[in-house]
Amino acid sequence: MRASKLITAEDAVARVKTGDTVMVGGFGLVGAPLDLIDALVDHSDATDLTVVSNNIGEPGRGLGRLLRQGRIRRGISSYFTSNPEAVAAVNAGEIEATLVPQGTFAEAIRAGGAGIGGFFTAVGAGTLLAEGKEERMIDGVRHVLEEPIRADVSLVYAARADMLGNLWYRRTARNFNPLMATAATVTIAEAGEVVTVGTLEPESVVTPHLYVDHLVAST
Amino acid sequence: MSDDVKTRIAARAALELQPGEVVNLGIGIPNLIPSFLGPETGVVLHTENGLLGVGPRPNGDELDPDLIDAAKQPITALPGAAYFDSAASFAMIRGGHVDVAVLGALEVSGDGDIANWAVPGKDVLGVGGAMDLVVGARRVIVTMTATSSRGEPKVVAACTYPLTASGAVDVIVTELSVFRRVDGELRLTELLDGATVDDVAAVTTAPFVVALEESHVH
Repeated sequence: MRASKLITAEDAVARVKTGDTVMVGGFGLVGAPLDLIDALVDHSDATDLTVVSNNIGEPGRGLGRLLRQGRIRRGISSYFTSNPEAVAAVNAGEIEATLVPQGTFAEAIRAGGAGIGGFFTAVGAGTLLAEGKEERMIDGVRHVLEEPIRADVSLVYAARADMLGNLWYRRTARNFNPLMATAATVTIAEAGEVVTVGTLEPESVVTPHLYVDHLVAST
Repeated sequence: MSDDVKTRIAARAALELQPGEVVNLGIGIPNLIPSFLGPETGVVLHTENGLLGVGPRPNGDELDPDLIDAAKQPITALPGAAYFDSAASFAMIRGGHVDVAVLGALEVSGDGDIANWAVPGKDVLGVGGAMDLVVGARRVIVTMTATSSRGEPKVVAACTYPLTASGAVDVIVTELSVFRRVDGELRLTELLDGATVDDVAAVTTAPFVVALEESHVH
């Protein structure tokens, strides 16, 4: 049996390198891996990061802390507006913004984790967000090609994990976490509670352990 | 826009929802609709951040930090509710499994084009699930005031703000009237709160046909 996946948050975020693309789970701060984000802010020098997250945190909280340090080069998100400081940073040209419809964002991450080379969707066709994208008529409806999204490192949050890295999510804190867990070279899961192997009902496991490289217990 | 106007629009929009329908409510006026939906209506609320079976706002002791709606406000879940991830949630929407989306708009055209996510040069950095919902939901109901805060018409001949989607809107409910798009034309089907056809025409630049039906508000 391989060594335990359980490591400290500080060791975990050492996996993030300058120039990396980092996925971060959560809808706003609900389901966001806040301890991992804080560790990235406080114990890592990695900069020039591309952040893939539905929102860029809130002012001074979650990814909003990383933003204040000037370490985000680009954001890929559906809703920058929930952090006015992120909007200001985009408008000042300090970070590059790629805005993606939320369902397309989720599906592109799912595709990234599932080995799918892209997909056609009617969402966004004929709007500013589809400019420059390949189009195709399917069943008489205009569709646009969306490419998969992958990352170097994913930071996700689960309410409960076992020592193997099987993950169980609670209520609406699930959101993007199970998708992001599949779509990175290295997936780091923060868990509110870490239990022994065999405790989780196999049917209740949402993210099977093969997706999870490292596990960090929330403080 | 007064709260009273918003509430009246929400009350009228609630009458559009049929028993058993799965409905996604946007931010603003649509969020006032649940107070007009008794349990007897059997309407099931979906929120795109991953819950089917949204219940009422929580009392203090029911407050759960892991349970929010798409407006990031606390909610409860009803018996029979189900949680799912964001990809599954939007598959429900795009796949036509969500019957109705009710949302606000900056402008709607007579052709059913909708602009509700961006003001050019000002706010083009948040789209959320708006595009997915208007394209995917089987029926799209817009709730909005007839004019903007500057008094400009919002039911227009052609949208000037960036589009959310083309030809997507089925019903428009304002404080003055109900419009329906039927067979490619915009029909004025109901006058509200004593408004006249002339009142509606004065604040509508989209061409429309007058096809009044019996009022739903008594």
